[in-house]
Amino acid sequence: MTVDVPARPEAQGRLEAALRAARAAGRKLLVPYVTGGLGDDWVDVLRACADAGADAVEVGIPFSDPVMDGPTIQAASQRALEAGTTPRSVLAGIAESAVDVPVAVMTYYNLVERAGTRRMAEELARSGVAGAILPDLPLEEAGAWAADADAAGVETVLLAAPTTPPARLERLCGRSRGFLYAIGLLGVTGERDALAASALEMARRCKAVTDLPVLVGVGVSDADQARAVCAVADGVIVGSALVRRLLGGEGPAGAARFVGELRAALDAAGTA
Amino acid sequence: MTEALMREPSPGGRFGPYGGRFVPESLVPACIELEEAWAEAWAEPAFRRRLDELLSRYVGRPTPLTDCPRLSGVLGVEVSLKREDLTHTGSHKINNVLGQALLAERMGKRRLIAETGAGQHGVATATAAALLGLECVVFMGEVDVARQALNVFRMELLGARVVPVTSGSRTLKDAVNEALRDWVATVETTHYCIGTVMGPHPYPYLVRQLQRVVGDEARAQYLERHGRDPEVVVACIGGGSNAAGTFAGFVDTDAQLVGVEAAGGAAIGNGIPGVVHGMRSRFLQDEAGQVLEAESISAGLDYPGIGPEHAFLAEAGRARYPSVADGEVIEAFRLLAEHEGIIPALEPAHALAWVARAARSGELAAGTRVLVTLSGRGDKDVAQVKEMLS
Repeated sequence: MTVDVPARPEAQGRLEAALRAARAAGRKLLVPYVTGGLGDDWVDVLRACADAGADAVEVGIPFSDPVMDGPTIQAASQRALEAGTTPRSVLAGIAESAVDVPVAVMTYYNLVERAGTRRMAEELARSGVAGAILPDLPLEEAGAWAADADAAGVETVLLAAPTTPPARLERLCGRSRGFLYAIGLLGVTGERDALAASALEMARRCKAVTDLPVLVGVGVSDADQARAVCAVADGVIVGSALVRRLLGGEGPAGAARFVGELRAALDAAGTA
Repeated sequence: MTEALMREPSPGGRFGPYGGRFVPESLVPACIELEEAWAEAWAEPAFRRRLDELLSRYVGRPTPLTDCPRLSGVLGVEVSLKREDLTHTGSHKINNVLGQALLAERMGKRRLIAETGAGQHGVATATAAALLGLECVVFMGEVDVARQALNVFRMELLGARVVPVTSGSRTLKDAVNEALRDWVATVETTHYCIGTVMGPHPYPYLVRQLQRVVGDEARAQYLERHGRDPEVVVACIGGGSNAAGTFAGFVDTDAQLVGVEAAGGAAIGNGIPGVVHGMRSRFLQDEAGQVLEAESISAGLDYPGIGPEHAFLAEAGRARYPSVADGEVIEAFRLLAEHEGIIPALEPAHALAWVARAARSGELAAGTRVLVTLSGRGDKDVAQVKEMLS
């Protein structure tokens, strides 16, 4: 039943190619996170993020039991689910958005398992999704999914944590596609008053062992923190800080404003 | 075939297609550390001696096997009870918790966290923490905090902090989510003391081994008294730890193994294979894979999943998993109280309810020798039952 994890395909996917190109051009990478199905205008929010300077967008497919998420994204997931959001409706929204930056979905493995790994991988590809982040699917369990995702052309992004030992970190880097998701602190998603020291340490550790774009996520809460972590990291993922604004009703305009602020801060850092 | 069941799981913690370790990367190293510490400790005579000493001098093991002549007279089948209700803290949960607390101490982790539904596992964890001088935080759904107020106070008396969980359905499933979230943040100093045979490898295996004392004792006691094995072995199932411990003692006999689920939480009866809370098992879930809420009168069985080894035993045909409705449970609760002078917890009243039904319907032939694990005592449920009956 356990499927060995297949080797990483030679060919670079769309997500990785786009992020590498942006990095090569001297840009720090910005990937905002949006909960799919949060508000009737969430597809416009996705577009607003892309237009405001995101290098890729992470779209959450809400799950009933999001164990890696703190209160903000839990609340957003619950609200989206109560509004009738399904994996299919989120994928339809992504397809409809027709954004010109790569989209990666973030969700929990049960939704993939329920659909079937192959069917889910093919539906993601058909909807224009470039990558997938599954935080409760560690490397050892990823074989069946990775084989189907690779075949469908969907890049499986792996996560590295502050507790990941060195040898394991190298294995994760050797299998991740798109980018490496470096978890900035020990904890679930959510805003923090200050950037954790572990965020820079993680960025350093990951950069030392991989040429993949290294993006730090979890606990990166504002423009200052994003700029600080990008002193070492190639980029950041910002979720809860954006989702809090969306929960507060700020909509596409608020998303554009906040992503724009982050973009400006990173651009200033990139040229500095 | 049967002799291969309920041994060590295959690499990666598999029971057939079930089990595994589906946790965030932050927790993978801690699960590996626990797996290694467990294997080492369980093989070490000094560790086993210390645990056995606690089980006898602190918990009161071995617990008795009680034959039930009056109940047997009413039902027409020969019922014996394995009396986990007579342990210190009043349920089988203490067997598992003491083992895990010793392991935590051994790994240098001075903080225990736990999820609890009815509060029995929370009380047991708080007890072990007090005994060993460890810090203890228990996550409990807000709904359960309200319906098990007495157990909340018990935990606080024992020095634990009880955190009411307000997310999702505010019951056991959400308490597990919240415990996992805490653990993601505190894993370097904290041991997650899971209360049942669920979660990522090695928990389902480790908890079953710590609970097998129930089945091993019961088998020896039954054989000594009756000169043979029981024909049917019955236990209630939420996540399935008392059933797993009981079944482990009888899996290599000819006894039928019966795990009784609550009708509103029948993960084998109505569940679908899935991956939740670190394991592949069977879960109540919708078409998209969203986990559904379990519902029964018993907070301890309100879990929409089941331990992976039970999912495998069902698939292998070695055990079966019928369910009973709330009304039958209340009736069985009263039946035992009135005929044997034992007030059971609502959880094992599920097991008794199935025995009563099966005896009356003739599914169990007259005179069948039945062993039931009475996993806990009913003090915590008396107020709730009083309200339901008035």
